[in-house]
Order: sequence, then structure tokens, then C-alpha cells
Amino acid sequence: MMVNTAYFHHFIKEYAGKGRLVVQPRMGFSDIDVMRSGLHAVKEIDAPSIGTITLDSFTRNSNFQGAADAIRKGMVLNGYPIVSYSREENRRLIEGLRAPDFPVQVRHGSPLPEEIFKATIDAGIDAIEGGPVSYCFPYGRISLKRSVEAWSTCCKLFAAAGNGMGHIESFGGCMMGQLCPPSLLIAITIAETLFMMERGIRSYSLSLAQGTHTTQDIAGLNVLRQLGRKYLGPESEWHIVFYTFMGKFPLSYQGAKAIIEESARAAVRGGAERLIVKTVKEAHQIPSITDNVNALNMCNEVAITAFAHRFLQPDIPEWTSRIYEEADFLINLLLNQHSDIGKSLMSVFKKGYWDIPFCLHPDNKRLTQAKVDVDGFIYWSDIGKVPFSPHIRKNALRKEARLSSAELLKMLSFNQQKYDSLQFSSSHG
Amino acid sequence: MTASNSLLPTDKLFLMKPIAVLTTIPSDSHNWNLLFISLFLEEQGFSVINLGPSVPYDVVLDTCNQYHPDLLVVSTINGHGYIEGRELIMRVRDMDIMKDKPVFIGGKLSTDENMSSLYVLELEEGGYTKAYTGNVNMQDFTTRLQSIAAQSAISRQA
Repeated sequence: MMVNTAYFHHFIKEYAGKGRLVVQPRMGFSDIDVMRSGLHAVKEIDAPSIGTITLDSFTRNSNFQGAADAIRKGMVLNGYPIVSYSREENRRLIEGLRAPDFPVQVRHGSPLPEEIFKATIDAGIDAIEGGPVSYCFPYGRISLKRSVEAWSTCCKLFAAAGNGMGHIESFGGCMMGQLCPPSLLIAITIAETLFMMERGIRSYSLSLAQGTHTTQDIAGLNVLRQLGRKYLGPESEWHIVFYTFMGKFPLSYQGAKAIIEESARAAVRGGAERLIVKTVKEAHQIPSITDNVNALNMCNEVAITAFAHRFLQPDIPEWTSRIYEEADFLINLLLNQHSDIGKSLMSVFKKGYWDIPFCLHPDNKRLTQAKVDVDGFIYWSDIGKVPFSPHIRKNALRKEARLSSAELLKMLSFNQQKYDSLQFSSSHG
Repeated sequence: MTASNSLLPTDKLFLMKPIAVLTTIPSDSHNWNLLFISLFLEEQGFSVINLGPSVPYDVVLDTCNQYHPDLLVVSTINGHGYIEGRELIMRVRDMDIMKDKPVFIGGKLSTDENMSSLYVLELEEGGYTKAYTGNVNMQDFTTRLQSIAAQSAISRQA
């Protein structure tokens, strides 16, 4: 049991109060010693940082035997197989590292995460993430119904083990990683946190991923804060985490550095309390521990400067109210379905009221589409059966021709091309 | 577990074109490459059955059984292609209808980029018609697709 050792959220709120952004890597190694040295390196940096244990994809897909066989044969997996290691091994992994000044979060990507939650609780770790939609739709073929049931059980387990203090982050604001209109991302992450709250979780975070235009990102973060205040518990219970761009990444060092730094600035200007970083190697390979440490330091420095120079860009209020209107509409639609959020989620997706562009999951209708305009703003190019009001339709929708593979590739590569072709002689603060 | 009906169209127009089944390995949960390749295959004249992310082996085999595709494409980027890609081709080649069909695998085949060209050999030895790694040679792929589409048109007329 993780008794009275819930550090995660408290740590983040404390630093937020001091005007500091907490930075966190994505990091997962199958070898215990390597994983431990990764955590140690992140703990040692001169920045408010959180340790990450990212799990491997056998474990995410409940193939625990496959993961166990692989580590026995000395094969390298793409993450830490927490279920296949014993409770003692997992405890040893974090012993002397995880502390009030260095919280640790388990990150996975599983629609059916019961064993992962149990192993996390047994290891004495108080923070995990995911959600019944965000860890179901992008990752496979498990039905939404099964995922909702499994996540329901897991939230209750986690709430009981941590006396409600166990922290779950909703990954809903990162759905598909790119090309999703921010209003839908916001609605999903709010819905998932409401789902968790209904099941006893009293410490939670909302997420949003960096898109293809910083104005839209900052406006999205503003809306997340406003709708969090409207629908969730007191702000002492929650915070916002922003993610460095998760799509096709710049190839060059300067381009990658520029987009990572831009994510740290957007996080600060949008009022996020935590940032999950990518590294300059993102486009090429799984980053080393050093790559991660460098990225965390880079983001910390940029964030400190950004706090000192916060200002409001003139076009942000307009984008904020536009995204707010759409997201609030979607959440209202959800809350009017059923008294239980899990059932409401199944209902909105079944009706196509919520419909995630480009998501291939069998329970997603796939009648909507989104595009990126020349400036990088993401917009609905087809709203399918989403019953937006005429006013929202008018603002949101630009009906366009069918998508070609070349156009899709161009949209997916928007940030890569933008940042790789930046001229680096001038400052872009 | 059977393949979801929503992904398996049955209308005649769909079946008149050469059919490509597009899949990934069980542990691989990517979407975007699948979406891109799906559109690309359509543009090359194929009807595409896109099985989406994290596909269990049985779903691939069931789909092949049901559609007798002209082509099977395996996209993988999570670094486990060298493990599960091999398992998949073994099972696919065990099916009579898939013994001689073109089957391609491409993407990031392992977490170690330096090892990937070695895994290309191993995967082709395991039964893939062609394995691609890193920056996929789209010209080679396109030429092969055109030849498959042409052959399929001939065999459909016969």
C-alpha cells in the first residue's frame, strides 16, 4: 500500500506556487540498473523534475509472459516491464530515489491496466496516468466498454490504496498526438478526470499536447483552466500538464531544440504546471539518459525566462473564447447523456456526437476530419455527426475535398518543416 | 477474437480492385503510418482493409482467410518488429492461400537503428517478400505495388 506517501501532486503545486515549471521526461528501460540510473540522473538535475518509469509495449498489451521471456533472454524492450518484475525488484528500483523532493510517475498506455495498477501500488508509487478513452482508442482494438470497466476498477483500486491521494493524470489531451482539434482534446481530458473523480480519485491532472500553432496551444491551456474551474473540484486537487509535440519531429538539432523550447514557453504562458519533454533525438532514435537530462535542463531554463517575461498575445482571447465554446458544448453534450460518465462516454461515441479525427478504433465513428491551415491552426474540415450549434459550425468548419496521402503527410510534417527551416540568427522569444 | 465488421467492407466495388490488407504487429500501437500507407495504397489502386493499431495475429489470419488479399503490408515502428514480425510471417506463410502472396514489412524494425539492416535480412529469410527499414524506399515500394496491381488485374480477368 502507498500509505501517506503521496508526493507527486503536492510537489508540483508547491513549485507552481513559486513560479516554477516542473519538468518530466519520458523514460523507460527494461534493465533495472539502467532504469535506476535514468531515474538517478533526472533526480540530480538542477531543476524541479519528476522521474518517469515508462513501461514496455508487451506490458501495455497485457503480454506479461512475452515481457518476462524477453528479459530472461536478455532482450532489450522499449520500456520497463513492471508487472514481470517482482514487487521487491520494483521497490529496489526506486529505493532511495523516490522521495518528497523527487516524485515518480508510472506511464504506460494500456486499455486494460489492472495488473499495471496493482504492480504500481505494490511498488509504493503514488502517480500513474492514462484514461478509459485516451488509452483505448489510439492503441488497439479493445472495446471502449471493456476499457471503461477496467479503468473503473483501476481508479477504485488506486483510490483505496492511496486513501484518495493517489494521483492519476488523464492523457486525454494528447489523443492521437497530433491533428486533433483542441476543443475535443480538452473535452476528453475533462471527461476522463470526471470519470476518475466519480470513482474516488481526489488528486488528478489534465493534459494538453503542443499542436502546430502556439497561439492555439496557449488558448487551449487557458480553456482547460477555465473549464477545469467550471466542472472539476477545487484547484488544490488538480494541475495541468503540457506535452512537447508528439508528432513527426524536426530532424535537425536546431529545429528540434526550437520546438522543445517553444513548448516550454507555451506551457508557462498558458499556465501549465508541468511539462513532459521530448529530446532533440526524437526523430531519430529512443533517447539516451543524457539526451533526456539535456532536454529537461533546456526546458527549465526557457521556463524561468518565460516566467519573467509573461505577456498576453493579442489574438489569444479570441481563440480562447472560440475553443471554450466548442469544448463546453461537447462537455455539456456528454453530461446530458447519463448520470454515469463511463456510460455517457460510450453513448457519445456510439452516436458520433464525439468523433475523433483519424482514429481507427472500431468504436470511433470516423466521420470527422481535421486539417492544418497554412499558418498551423488545426480546424475541423468535417464535423461528421457532431451536433455543433450553427454558430460553432460557422466558426469551426471549413468543408474541404478528400484528403490525399501527400496532403496527410504534409500536415503531419508541418512542425518538422516549420522548425527545420527556421533561420536561427534571430531570437524568437 | 474476430476482426471488427466496421473495418471490413463487403460491397462489390470494393472487391473489384486488388485487395491489400494493412496491419501491424500485436504490441505496436501506432496510427499515423497506417493512415498514410492506407491512403497511399488506395492511390495505387488497391482496396484497403486497414486493421488499425495493435492487431493480434489471429485477426490478420482471419482477415486473410476471409478476403484472400493480393497483398499484405505490415507497418511497425515500436521497435518490436524484429520479434513479432517474424512470428507473424511464420503464421501467415503457414496458410495455403498466403504461401506465395507478396508480404511486405517496413518501419523501425528494432530499438537499435544499427541493428535494423541485419533484421531486414532475418525478416526476409523468415518469409517476407521485402523488408524495409529507416527511410523507406518509396520508389521501390511503388514499383512493386504497380506490378502486383497489374498481375491482380490479369488474374481477375482469367
